[in-house]
Amino acid sequence: MYVVSNNIKILSLVLVVLGLLGIGYGFYSSPKTIEESKEMIASMGHDSHSHDSHSSHDEKSYNSNYDGDHGHVMSHDEHVFHQLANRPWAAVYVAAFFFFMISLGTLAFYAIQRAAQAGWSPLLFRVMEGITGYLLPGGIFVIVILVLSVMHLNHLFIWMDPEVVEHDKIIKAKSGYLDSTFFLIRAVFYLSGWVIYRYVSRRLSIAQDNSKDNKNHVKNFKLSAAFLVFFLVTESMMSWDWIMSIDPHWFSTLFGWYVFASMVVSAVTTIALISIYLKSNGYLPNINSNHLHDLAKFMFGFSVFWAYLWFSQFMLIWYSNIPEEVVYFISRMEDYPLTFWGMVVLNLIFPFLILISSNFKRSNWIIVMAGIIILIGHYVDVFNMIMPSAVGDQWFIGIPEIGSIMFFGGIFIYVVFSSLTKAPLEASGDPFNTESKKFVYPH
Amino acid sequence: MGSHYEAPIRKPLVTGNKSYHQITVDVARPIEGSANKQWWIVFGISLTLFMWGIGCIIYTVSTGIGTWGLNKTVGWAWDITNFVWWVGIGHAGTLISAVLLLFRQKWRMGINRSAEAMTIFSVIQAGLFPVIHMGRPWLAYWIVPIPNTFGSLWVNFNSPLLWDVFAISTYLTVSLVFWWTGLLPDFAMIRDRAVKPFQKKIYSLVSFGWSGRAKDWQRFEEVSLVLAGLATPLVLSVHTIVSFDFATSVIPGWHTTIFPPYFVAGAIFSGFAMVQTLLLVMRKVCNLEDYITLQHIELMNIVIMITGSIVGCAYITELFIAWYSGVEYEQYAFLNRATGPYWWAYWAMMTCNVFSPQFMWFKKLRTSITFSFVISIVVNIGMWFERFVIIVTSLHRDYLPSSWTMFSPTFVDIGIFLGTIGFFFVLFLLYSRTFPVIAQAEVKTILKSSGDNYKQTRDNHVK
Repeated sequence: MYVVSNNIKILSLVLVVLGLLGIGYGFYSSPKTIEESKEMIASMGHDSHSHDSHSSHDEKSYNSNYDGDHGHVMSHDEHVFHQLANRPWAAVYVAAFFFFMISLGTLAFYAIQRAAQAGWSPLLFRVMEGITGYLLPGGIFVIVILVLSVMHLNHLFIWMDPEVVEHDKIIKAKSGYLDSTFFLIRAVFYLSGWVIYRYVSRRLSIAQDNSKDNKNHVKNFKLSAAFLVFFLVTESMMSWDWIMSIDPHWFSTLFGWYVFASMVVSAVTTIALISIYLKSNGYLPNINSNHLHDLAKFMFGFSVFWAYLWFSQFMLIWYSNIPEEVVYFISRMEDYPLTFWGMVVLNLIFPFLILISSNFKRSNWIIVMAGIIILIGHYVDVFNMIMPSAVGDQWFIGIPEIGSIMFFGGIFIYVVFSSLTKAPLEASGDPFNTESKKFVYPH
Repeated sequence: MGSHYEAPIRKPLVTGNKSYHQITVDVARPIEGSANKQWWIVFGISLTLFMWGIGCIIYTVSTGIGTWGLNKTVGWAWDITNFVWWVGIGHAGTLISAVLLLFRQKWRMGINRSAEAMTIFSVIQAGLFPVIHMGRPWLAYWIVPIPNTFGSLWVNFNSPLLWDVFAISTYLTVSLVFWWTGLLPDFAMIRDRAVKPFQKKIYSLVSFGWSGRAKDWQRFEEVSLVLAGLATPLVLSVHTIVSFDFATSVIPGWHTTIFPPYFVAGAIFSGFAMVQTLLLVMRKVCNLEDYITLQHIELMNIVIMITGSIVGCAYITELFIAWYSGVEYEQYAFLNRATGPYWWAYWAMMTCNVFSPQFMWFKKLRTSITFSFVISIVVNIGMWFERFVIIVTSLHRDYLPSSWTMFSPTFVDIGIFLGTIGFFFVLFLLYSRTFPVIAQAEVKTILKSSGDNYKQTRDNHVK
């Protein structure tokens, strides 16, 4: 059985404390009134961040699709105030979603392994189950933020503001779906479905360890197939609800699958990183470079898959140049050039060049390096999906953002490693376990 | 490949207590024997259809595209529907040979040869349509970027139609190389068994001097992996670029970002259905039930069910987002699909593609040969309707109500389509008489891990 080392405990505690301080600072320093926000903008000057010189004070470039054009006159100052006040909230939300997404992606990857009756991966089942231990707490964090948004403590989701809806006929037309109560019911519905699968599948997985027949395994196989159907539908809806609706005028049919790509590549990376950590501490004796090779292949493959979906969504909208749709990418290219294009470098070019070699895919430290880049890249991806709609060009990766990453990262590490202690690290009763142990990649 | 151990609960992939020699004999039998009456009957029907198609093509080329049912509102209809349908069918071959190779799925070995053959034959059918549609097919080389002195204008690199030219020709080339590489040891096997000098000559030519030395095998395995690595992104790219033909436009119903992965899923869906149709017949006619087992059929049905559900999810996503977008043209395009004059095409598509594969959740149904055959045909029909729905119902009621119209195919449209079906089966039937239809060299590599006799011996030993 695995025991959480003191280092991990101290690390997660330090991260949580520092994170809380960072988040606290973010809220403390955000403006409380329009006057304060005006002062802040004035004192920032033009050299505080790179994009300022470009467009920050050009009023026309602000998400002009929101204010003004539907008769609702929100002053420029009020708009900037909302954006500045949103920043600490958005910082917390991005990090909360990022770590939750790793856990959810792992759950989907785990279900795929079970439904596909994969032979290489059963040795990694317990690592995956450990990561999905964060699903419930992580999901609750996200839902709490959503509830606070519904309670108008922030302006992350502008469609929750009846004042805005009143003057915006586009949002008004969608109000049957973008309705606060229905929105929360849906969120609870998705999360309970995922958590129930996680709970039952984990129980069957542990029961299989000491069982004489394969009944639990077969049940788990069927359950996983059913879960994947549920997931296929709810994952897309979740991404429309929790991310796409932050920009309530914009829509893209691919969005759900695009979020899934980001989710699953971060998940596989995390599985690889935690397996390497456990292995280097003397656990997981049967995991060897063959298994890492396969994980690294998935890191490579899903990185390319992510890029494929990113390109498909971006190129089709850019090429067609329909104003309602292209505004999404225009605001990102103009106000977020560094993170928007940088993300493509982090998520495609680096992993592609590093992980294309067979030998590199079998080397622990290279997987760790590539994995860190991939995780940063996908944090930035979530950042790019949420921030431009929430804070406009008033962005910066500073104390509130890093503090939020530390806070949720600390909790994630603590929860994941404590779930690892609760069951043996090898699913020894799985009928494919021997196959997984004997698995050799022809090298 | 890899470890020879296999979990006892995995089902055998080669049944009938085979030895290595028996595999050779079984695979060589259809080539060395002579064709039976059924083969000649089916070949005769296919050849007649093919000839009818050629007649229609000659009529189109000599008279003009006006012989088709196109009009100024619906400028693309059956031609592009058939094109996309055939390209889509072509996807399963490379998916089976490349993607399943990368995923180390041993069951691909019973079916990959015929699936790849099907790919090549169906891409040939697909390629015919754009060429005929050019109106002046003798100038077809103008789609290639060649110097202006050859009489053409420089091609438009901004057009997805041009990307298609590159994507499909690359795909055809790589699929052909992949197919032929796998065929080398099998052709050599036929060559070594051939009695007649003429046959021996032909099979020595096509086996490129395969000698069976360790070096040959090492190169063979390496080149297979490299080609699989190259072919995997290629499978995705081909139908992605086909989807760009529509999605880069601003036509409601065409411009939607989910098209690339959804087209790919649909292509795999229809491709597997066609593989299923062909193999269910072939295993019976050529006595290959021991190599294309019920387990293979069940797994193919599962792939059909999964890809059908993904396609269904995409349909529903499109429908929902059309409403959610608030764009009234988009909303109307979908309303018109479901309730307009072409409602029957839409509901045929929904029934065949989304509803019918769900039967495969039941083990009893997905292991029934008759039922599998019926569903495979239903899916092929459904996927033809899908392309028809996307293309024709998005065009026939455009932005200008005064130009709203319907499309009806002429006998030429129908004739060319039937002709390609005939051509496809002519090629496939010839293939099944002259090519080793099972990748016997590869099947032999899994005999000891997945053959029923060896699995049985191992199980007894464990007990």
